[in-house]
This record gives sequence, structure tokens and C-alpha cells, in this order.
Amino acid sequence: MDWLRLSPEEWTAVRLSLRVSIWATVVSLPFGILVAHVLARREFPGKAVLNGLVHLPLILPPVVTGYLLLITFGRRGPVGAFLEAHFGIVFAFRWTGAALACGIMAFPLLVRAVRLSIEAIDPRLEAAAATLGARPAWVFLTVTLPLTLPGIVAGMILTFAKAMGEFGATITFVSNIPGETQTLPTAIYTFLQIPGGETGAARLTLVSIAIAMAALVASELFARRIRRGMDLA
Amino acid sequence: MTLLVDVRRRTGAFTLEAAFRSEGALTAFFGPSGSGKTTLVNLIGGLLRPDDGRIEVGGETLVDVAAGRFTPPWRRRVGYVFQDARLFPHLTVAQNIAYGRFFAARRERWADVGRLVDMLGIGALMDRRPGRLSGGERQRVAIGRALAASPRLLLMDEPLASLDEARKAEILPYVERLRDEAGIPIVYVSHAVAEVARLATDIVVLAAGRVAASGPAAEVLARLDLAAPEEREHTAALLDAELESHDEEFGLSRLVTAAGPLVVPRVEAPIGARVRARIRARDVMLALDRPERISALNVLPATVAATAEAEGAADALVRLDAGGAMILARVTRRTVATLGLAPGTPVWAIVKAVSFDRANAPGPRPGTG
Repeated sequence: MDWLRLSPEEWTAVRLSLRVSIWATVVSLPFGILVAHVLARREFPGKAVLNGLVHLPLILPPVVTGYLLLITFGRRGPVGAFLEAHFGIVFAFRWTGAALACGIMAFPLLVRAVRLSIEAIDPRLEAAAATLGARPAWVFLTVTLPLTLPGIVAGMILTFAKAMGEFGATITFVSNIPGETQTLPTAIYTFLQIPGGETGAARLTLVSIAIAMAALVASELFARRIRRGMDLA
Repeated sequence: MTLLVDVRRRTGAFTLEAAFRSEGALTAFFGPSGSGKTTLVNLIGGLLRPDDGRIEVGGETLVDVAAGRFTPPWRRRVGYVFQDARLFPHLTVAQNIAYGRFFAARRERWADVGRLVDMLGIGALMDRRPGRLSGGERQRVAIGRALAASPRLLLMDEPLASLDEARKAEILPYVERLRDEAGIPIVYVSHAVAEVARLATDIVVLAAGRVAASGPAAEVLARLDLAAPEEREHTAALLDAELESHDEEFGLSRLVTAAGPLVVPRVEAPIGARVRARIRARDVMLALDRPERISALNVLPATVAATAEAEGAADALVRLDAGGAMILARVTRRTVATLGLAPGTPVWAIVKAVSFDRANAPGPRPGTG
């Protein structure tokens, strides 16, 4: 069973992948909820455009998304240069860039899951809250958000899983630097490029499967708890 | 408290155009489905905006389109009990009730949650979630939640419509207690005559988006032209009465009304209590001579005020003036012809049955009608 033991380089890739995925999930969540809420409950000119933009990473080739990120968020890109000059945030060829790429690629999945969940909430419950004296921000926090929780959990799991597996946009935007931007998929890819790397690839594949399954089980348990809490089960 | 409404709102082909004023303890919006009752309630609650017009509650303007004023629902302090309860499924009963209280400004809080819970009989449900409540329990909790917010007006949109008869009978007494004890005016939407006759102090009749009639309940209910055929069963006159004495031997109570004394099966209320007697038109027989030796306990002298005969129907509705109070009698058209009933004819009204509501201490109500 010795072949199962991960080398230090492989551990690094696993840790980096987890860090990238967790950051991508946590940071994109508020934006995802906001955009989902706007798309589910508001009517405004340009709604179709926003909807299209959100879904773009789903239909574009990942390499194209990665390239677009590179020219926008790269050190010479308009947004990238601004963020570096004012906030000292650098995305290009850093793990933060990998997290950004993963977050963007998973964003449509997150928004879809949350949006479906918000649309399933009876808006009349929100109206009822308003008649009880809750202003819109309070209605959102005390009624809409708690009732969206199942969709939020589903969206987070999807985002996390997508981030764990993201390859094309990540490698295009931040390359494949061991210890900085080499995530599980790019590490597996690298192993397959060198003779005798199959064992390493197989180990990392098993790790991928294990993490994915754990995330799925966790979300299922959580969803069940929520349903039981609301007596819907 | 005065409720003043004068609004117009157009939705597709339907136009609501309603103007009325009410000062009653319980104003019923009555009319068939699609007549605009719920739209009107939503306008008062602030869930809809009128195209034009204004709404005032207790002297405060909630909406005035011409002046560009619109108070959002969360600042109106207008409680709303929805037909479908709309309890928050993720909160327990106790949390649902605490919800409204939380948002009420401290100096405006008048609701005593403990008393509300007792009055509505929901103390045993506090830890449950709405998913585990029966329809009747849900409505009671919804009423408690709306009142816990200390509103100055309570809207109830067909709160019994989704319940079966047994559940309705379970809720109605609570609504009566609210009307009599809560001290805030209630707007109650219904398309059921029986409910309206039992609960209302004032009635606004809506038909196709217009106010067909409005005024004190007794007057509006007695308006003959409003009785649709399927509702005639419930056509009834209301008499304000005072409990005079109990007859322990026979288990009876004696009431004093403007129309004369009424002897009825024992009413569980203290002497001097105000009750409202409801006499259904079909429970009243008419005689030209004073009937002797009959089983009915109540025979009241009256004069015919008006008769109304529906086209093609066998029966007629006779409106009687009994000492200034109104009594309705349903008889056949043939009876009207053979007895020669016409306005001014003196008759004896034989009352076969009387039913009761708890009273809401009817006092003078200026400005209604």
C-alpha cells in the first residue's frame, strides 16, 4: 500500500487546490446571492445582458475565459493594474488568480442554484413580512435568506466541486507553477506528461474522488437537517 | 377610528373604483370572487399602489396619489391576516409571533403577547413549526402574529375560506372576541353571508370593482336587492338586544329589543349583557291576527315596510318595521297576495328561531351610512 502515500509535492497540490476552492467558494458566495436575487426578483432594462454575462463562462471555451482574465486581470490589464496599484492585490500567476479563475468558472452554477431556490420562495411570505413592519433589507435577511439556505448549500457544493476540477481557465490565466498555481487537475496533467508519472496521477485522482464524495455527503446531510428543521421532510 | 377609502386601480380589463368611509369595529368587504375585495385590502395594506385616490386610517394619510404620498407597508402598522396564513416555515410558532413584535416601535407596542396567546389558545403550539399545524391552528397563529405587531388596523382576507366547517366554527369565536376586545378596527373580507351577518358592524358590498352599498350591517343586510338567490338562505335581520333575566326553571333567557321582548334558550351571559340577535328571514312567519295557543314563544307586532318579489321565484321577502327595528320574513308570493300584504299592513311576526353573536357593545356610530 506504499504507493498510496503522497509525495510532498503532491500534498502541496492537494492543499493548494483546497485553499483555492474554499476561497473561490467563500468569496464568490455573496456576489452569487446578490446576482441571483436580482435576477430572480427584479425587473430592469439589461436583465438579459446580465443573465448572459453570468452564464458566459459556462458556454465559452475555458481557455477563452482564461485568456480574457489574463488580459483584464493581468498585471498590465486594466483591472489588474488598478488593483495592484491601489490595493496591492495581484492575480497573475498567483494562487489568488487560480481562485479567481475557479470562482468565475463556477459562478453560473452558483447563481443558478441560488436563483432557483429564491424563485421557489413564495413572494407572498416576503409581503407578509413587510406588513409586519420589516423593511426590505430585513425581509431579505430574516425571510428570503434563511429560506434560500438549501439552494445556497447546493450552490456552494457545486462551486467547490467545479473549483476543484477547473483546468482550462486556470492553466491559461495563472499557468502551472508547482507550489503557487499547480492545483490537483494541473498536477495530474503534469504527471501524465512525464514517463512513469501514472502512479502519482492515480494517487491524486483518488484524492479528487475522495474530496468530491465528502463534499457531496456533507451537503446531503446539511440539506436533510434543514428540511427537518422546517418540518418539510 | 375612521377608515376612509377613495381609490381607483386598473389591472388589465378590471377596474376597481371604490369610495367609502367606515367607523365600525368590524367592517366587512362583501362580494363575489372577482369583485375586487382582495385588491382593496391590498391597497389598504400597501401591497398594491392605487393609480389614483387616497386612503386614510385614523386621520393619517397612508396613500395620496395626487399629493405624491405613499407609506410603504412596513411603516403602515396595518396588520394583515392572509387567507393562506403565510406563516414563516423556518420559524417556530413562538418566533413567528415574536417577528412582528420585534419590528414594532417600543412606544407603539400595545399588544400583550401573553394575553394574545391565551386568547387565541395557541399556548401549546409555541414550539412547533407551521408545517406541523392544522389549518385552524395556522390561522389562529397568523392572527396572533398580525396582532403582536401592535397594528392600528387589522385586515383579514377571507381567513376562513380555506377551512372546513368544523375549523370555521373553531375560529369564528376568536374573531368575535377580537372585534369586541382587541380595541382596533378590523376589515374582514368574505363572500359568505353567514360570516358577514355574524361578524360585521359595517358592510361594504363590492360588485365588479364598485361599491354597491355600504353602511351599518343591519341596514345593508336588510337591503333586499342585494340578496343573490344562493344567499337567500342566510338573509337575516340583526337586533341589538340586552339580556334582561334568566328563567332557571325552563332554561330560558329574556331579552329586550327595540322590536319587543324575545324569549330564547338560555344565553350564557350576565344580566345586562349586550348581545346581537340574528333572525333569519326564513324563520319568521306572518299572521294578520294575533296567533293564540301556538308553540312559538316570540310573537312581535309589526307593520309591513316593503315587500320584494324576485322575478320567477315562488317566494318574496317582506321587510317589517317592529318598533323601529327591522325584521325580515320570507314567505311565498301567494301569501303576499292572499293576505294582501302591502306597506302599512299591521301584522304579527312569529319568530321561530333566534341565533346569537357575542355583542360588541353597540354604541352610537356617527358618520356611517
